[in-house]
Amino acid sequence: MKPVVYAALLTVLLGACAQQPTKEAAVIEDRAQPAAPTVAKDGIETRGIAPAAPDARALDGTLRMPPKNAAGALGQRTVYFDYDSAAIREEYRGVVEAHAGFLKTNANAKVILQGHTDERGSREYNLALGQRRADSVRQAMSVLGVPEARMESVSFGEEKPAVEGQGETAWQKNRRAEIVYEGE
Amino acid sequence: MKTPLRHTLALFLFALTFSVPAWSAMTIEIIGGAAKRIPLAIVPFAPADKLDDPAEIVSADLARSGLFQLIETRDVSPLPREPQDIRFPQWRAKGADAIVIGQVLPLGGNRYEVRFRLYDVVRGQQLAGFSYTTTPQGLRAVAHKISDVIHEKLTGEPGAYSGRIAYVLKSAGRYELQVADVDGHNAFTVARSSEAIISPAWSPDGSRLAYVSFEDKKPVVYVQNLVDGTRRALARFKGSNSAPAWSPDGKRLAVVLSKDATSQIYLIPAAGGEPQRFTRGGALDTEPAFSPDGKWLYFTSDRGGSPQIYRAPIDGGGAPQRVTFEGGYNVSPTLSPDGRTLAYIHRREGRFLVAVMDLATGQTQVLTDTDHDESPSFAPNGRTLLYATLLGGRGLLATVSVDGRVRQRLSQSGDLREPAWAPVAN
Repeated sequence: MKPVVYAALLTVLLGACAQQPTKEAAVIEDRAQPAAPTVAKDGIETRGIAPAAPDARALDGTLRMPPKNAAGALGQRTVYFDYDSAAIREEYRGVVEAHAGFLKTNANAKVILQGHTDERGSREYNLALGQRRADSVRQAMSVLGVPEARMESVSFGEEKPAVEGQGETAWQKNRRAEIVYEGE
Repeated sequence: MKTPLRHTLALFLFALTFSVPAWSAMTIEIIGGAAKRIPLAIVPFAPADKLDDPAEIVSADLARSGLFQLIETRDVSPLPREPQDIRFPQWRAKGADAIVIGQVLPLGGNRYEVRFRLYDVVRGQQLAGFSYTTTPQGLRAVAHKISDVIHEKLTGEPGAYSGRIAYVLKSAGRYELQVADVDGHNAFTVARSSEAIISPAWSPDGSRLAYVSFEDKKPVVYVQNLVDGTRRALARFKGSNSAPAWSPDGKRLAVVLSKDATSQIYLIPAAGGEPQRFTRGGALDTEPAFSPDGKWLYFTSDRGGSPQIYRAPIDGGGAPQRVTFEGGYNVSPTLSPDGRTLAYIHRREGRFLVAVMDLATGQTQVLTDTDHDESPSFAPNGRTLLYATLLGGRGLLATVSVDGRVRQRLSQSGDLREPAWAPVAN
């Protein structure tokens, strides 16, 4: 029982950290640095988490995010898309269903769906395309029963490529939506 | 014709409290030029006190335009300073159609008077003559004003040397929103972030910049006051917030929000407040741009199956009308100051090019031959477009005259992108 309580406390503390109020400042520099060290992976900056965090349980015993080493579809966080398309390909249905299932059984978990595009064309049009990809995953999860209040879909457009460089090999890795849990 | 004008631009500290001086040099290269250039002699003003010579700044401005052929003056002695010193036959023999003379006179107390006169060499008549009082810091601005006067007198069209531009410099994984003179001098950083900054948009009076910052791990629209450096989030709603555009009266902005449906356009008071939804439907709508008369909002939408430019009346709620028809990708609309010309990005055979459309006739023209052009914006005189492009994988800024003849490239170490020409010269 005791480890569970510790873990729960840790979860609460991490949650508090994540919601630090940010000050308005003329120069962004001061506020762009996250409190925790950042780890660049696949072009996405993810906030560093204490080793115990992935298995942290809320007081009711639910998880805030899937364990880092989750097996199968729940271990996958990325959905890839065809050019100029926001349709979820058949091969990624299982990923979306696994995370929807996790969100339904873990009522404290919240998810941010981040849409991305390749670098071709207008940055703002790409931002809107990335938004549609994120929205597409959000809507699929909504249909599967995940409450809208626990999801936010946002877009990075072409600003955070998973792979740098030009050509279809790089581009297809960049047309994607990433599933990120709040607190990660 | 290719005339590289390598110009390492020194920077001086800009005494503005909010500014961070940007210590880097911009290189300007000119490509092309008018078929017939106006031969012009600009005599050194030779200022005292080791001041920059305004004649050199004027020469660089006018050479860059591609419209003038500068006549060598160094072999003339003595150089004329006053009107009575000009020997017109001598300058006619050198092929000059016009001559500029001037001087910088110390007034004491760190103030100077800059005088200049423009003469028609053929007729021996004065075309313009002005006097400006300034400080050493204001000397470049005075020189750009002189360039504007000369340009207008000799071409019949207003110049655009006095303005400012905003752009984003990406260097070493950091993003800096910078504001600089049109010639790249006086660059200073107004915002710096480890996350992307895109879509800077000038308020009509040039005192504020709206932009999109990803510092909160999602796109949020900020408005920053360039006078005191303060800023606030104008749109930070659930989902994405982007693509700010100012109304011509500066009282409201169009923004793109995804809070209710995927990427729709909203109008929001410049002072902040509740956004009012402008577009509806399942398609994505983005990149709003007001017409200068404030009656229309142009925007990009894929409601017809491919991204095209549409326009809808701001008031009255009329149905959007499609504006572009050629090709399967036309985005990033922007209107000339007189409202007659639409500039946008047109995709042809996989290349993204700057194009213009005469709105009265619907006639279109592609102006560039590069591959990755983005973010066009007009100079205040409507004669030149500033845009971003890629060369050898590196981002740089470029300008093109609206007839496509004269082009310039502005580059420096790091990636330049997201340019916006300030709507007023101040």
